[in-house]
Amino acid sequence: MQPQGYERLDSTFAALADPTRRAILMRLAGGEASVMELAEPFDMSQPAISKHLKVLERAGLISRGRDAQRRPCRLEAVPLAEANEWLERYRELWEAAYQRLDALLEEMKEDEKKRVRGKRGAKKRGTP
Amino acid sequence: MTNATMNKGNLIVTTPTDREIAMTRVFNAPRHLVYEAHTKPELLKRWLGVFGDWTLAECEIDLRVGGSLRYVWRNKANGMAMGLSGVYREVVPNERIVSTEQFDDPWYEGEAVGTLTLVEENGKTTMTNTVRYASKEVRDNVLKSGMESGVAASYDKLEKDVLAA
Repeated sequence: MQPQGYERLDSTFAALADPTRRAILMRLAGGEASVMELAEPFDMSQPAISKHLKVLERAGLISRGRDAQRRPCRLEAVPLAEANEWLERYRELWEAAYQRLDALLEEMKEDEKKRVRGKRGAKKRGTP
Repeated sequence: MTNATMNKGNLIVTTPTDREIAMTRVFNAPRHLVYEAHTKPELLKRWLGVFGDWTLAECEIDLRVGGSLRYVWRNKANGMAMGLSGVYREVVPNERIVSTEQFDDPWYEGEAVGTLTLVEENGKTTMTNTVRYASKEVRDNVLKSGMESGVAASYDKLEKDVLAA
């Protein structure tokens, strides 16, 4: 039984993959807007913008008002937070590994210093 | 809304395209040591031996153009093994490695290409590691692998490909 969460996250990532859609989300972060208002900054027809809005709506990232004339679009915050959560969790796992690498690198630097000192000492003592 | 997460700690992870994951981090060490830690199995296992639910059970590296690499990850929760095989395309010591990687599991289709670069300044090294996956789906599954064991991701695939048919 597939949890509904996965489907939504797939569509969230798909929605976020497009720069126009990301720009639309940024605009909506500033407040709701109609399709016409959203289309304005892009060199794009309203039907083209509407296609993007459908993707965003299906992903649950925006909701659209019922007002037949305006159909204002509004940002829905929860799915965005979820997508960020996946990325953040991935980042945390790698950061934990890299912190272990930080410690290993400190060890390796120390070992290298010791080797260099050892060689210098050997040279001073006249051994090859 | 950006596609980067700005972070606590040093590591930055971004998704520059819908098929890529890019990581950038600074290390307080010269690049030849960072390079060594990335290319010697016994050193890799010390820092990358554990990743979430996964442990690095096997790690073989033949570091030259045309040489092969082999990683096998084992899931602690269910014992599932996930093997990865690849070939080195470019090897510039201490500077750049380009390699391909393919999962054993035929469900994870296609080949990924990884590019690792190291740049040193004032004794510190900036590493960038970008992996481009065969599809958005594989890329997303890799991101999700951080959240739960590979089993859940496999059930997704099972449901989509088999039960939906």
